[in-house]
Amino acid sequence: MRNKLADVIYKLGLKNKKICVLVADISPAGSMEKFRKKFPNRFINTGVAEQSMVGIAAGMALRGLKPFCYTIATFALYRPFEMIRVDLCYQNLPVTIVGMGPGTTYSTLGGTHLAQEDISVARSVPNMDIIAPCDPDELSDVVEFCSKKRNRPTYLRIGKAGEETFINKQSEKWKFGKIRLIKPGKDVCILTFGPIIRKAFEISKKLEKKNLSIEINSCHTLKPFDLNGLKKKFKKFKSIILIEDHSEIGGLNEIVKSKAYEQSYLGKILNFSLKDKFIHCYGDQDDLLSKHGLTTDIIYKEILNLTK
Amino acid sequence: MKRFIKESKNRCLNYRKRILDISQKVRAIHAAGAFSVIELVDCIYYGLMRKKTKKHKYFRDTFLMSKGHGCMAQYVVLENLGIMAKKYLENYCTKNGKLGSHPDYGLPGIEASTGSLGHGMGLAVGMAHADKINKINRKLFLVISDGELQEGSTWENMMMAANLNLNNLICFVDHNGSQSFGITKKTHPKFYPMNKKILSFGWECVEIDGHNTKEILNSIKKRKTKKPLMIVANTIKGKGVSFMENKPIWHYRSPNSKEYDIAIKELKHI
Repeated sequence: MRNKLADVIYKLGLKNKKICVLVADISPAGSMEKFRKKFPNRFINTGVAEQSMVGIAAGMALRGLKPFCYTIATFALYRPFEMIRVDLCYQNLPVTIVGMGPGTTYSTLGGTHLAQEDISVARSVPNMDIIAPCDPDELSDVVEFCSKKRNRPTYLRIGKAGEETFINKQSEKWKFGKIRLIKPGKDVCILTFGPIIRKAFEISKKLEKKNLSIEINSCHTLKPFDLNGLKKKFKKFKSIILIEDHSEIGGLNEIVKSKAYEQSYLGKILNFSLKDKFIHCYGDQDDLLSKHGLTTDIIYKEILNLTK
Repeated sequence: MKRFIKESKNRCLNYRKRILDISQKVRAIHAAGAFSVIELVDCIYYGLMRKKTKKHKYFRDTFLMSKGHGCMAQYVVLENLGIMAKKYLENYCTKNGKLGSHPDYGLPGIEASTGSLGHGMGLAVGMAHADKINKINRKLFLVISDGELQEGSTWENMMMAANLNLNNLICFVDHNGSQSFGITKKTHPKFYPMNKKILSFGWECVEIDGHNTKEILNSIKKRKTKKPLMIVANTIKGKGVSFMENKPIWHYRSPNSKEYDIAIKELKHI
């Protein structure tokens, strides 16, 4: 996804002179390097100084520019949090904070690099919108949106590298603030966001062999959340499955369940989120997810039990 | 120059009176911190910032009060300039008002929200760099407190200002040497030497008397380099009222009615 991000920003930057990129010592690979060379004034590397990255971006936005701040999710959001809260959100400035590699993405780097609760943290700040695209194609639409139609801060949560594309001919068009149908189905509804949508597709394939038809949705806009869209899912389905590479606190799990209570939803909701625990293990991303019960097999079996 | 100095002294005397008057209606006022920067803020607005043309709303240059708790000094100057209507200060810190004890972006003459220390330098660097990108001839005047030089973020951004060659950035440090916890020399001895640190971060640095109008006006005229300029302005917290001067308790406290009477009688040209 980071390559796609760089490609899209570079292309948009050719036409839109307001677009600027600020990074905090993240390697400017691929198109990001092209952007840096083509627009040396509009590319700033603050070094390992995330507070500076966000503060300077806010100042540039006060002058009418459209900055993107880009680094690994933990450092993009947590370290400069007060700059994000005060400089960006309190002043309501159109800066996009790109948090790359959230959740369990950096599976070998340890807990210091795992942004398990970033959505929870970002959601609690007024004026902040949160978008987490599920694949590189969706990211492309989101970046274009952030560069043009925004007049407020956005936390853009993106994967790292090698993500598959899941958007297909059956998928709805991307629209900010709307739950996006990626794959239609009749029996069970999966709501998810970000690259972990791959698990939803794996599970769906297995369940189809059991004659279960699974609908898969990308809840890319976590804030503001599409409550009307959610109501429609409550009406249509008796079983809703939530899959997120994020803490069970403050993310999709709590958003959907609190709305289910308000709407007196009588169906079942199963959530597969990261637990409220730090992760002290290494391996590939699936190894880490499995520690928190997020495996294709477990989710598959629980859905089967639910629909019996 | 002589005429400007005389007028500035008159204005500053009136600002101090105005702030003391308001302090009798509202307790949250940070009067002592405002008194240390009054000459600086007056000289920046009246003497250093270039007048507006048709393109500009107020001035051609920009002023940011990173030392947000000193905003009373900025408010009274903006009021005197006619940028901020009287009703704003009349309703200071009340439920019908819009002015609080830290400046809010969007109010007349206020170009950024400040108050949490260590934020103004980043905003200023971003604004000054954006002006360079947009090829706009504009200076950015920033006032920071000396306490803000204890914030890591200030130094991060000072490094960036030097990296980006921001010769359009001029920062005054209100060096009153007094903080909530006490006198900085005692509470934080390794804070000094300050000027050497500033120089080593790629800035030009000069030191002046922050209550001396002539020195403030001349401070930006004698620039030797094209580096960003830091002017360490030595000031006295609570300047003008003897019992407030350099007493940490007056960081936040407002005078009661007896103290107010004494203070008003003491005020004179500085």
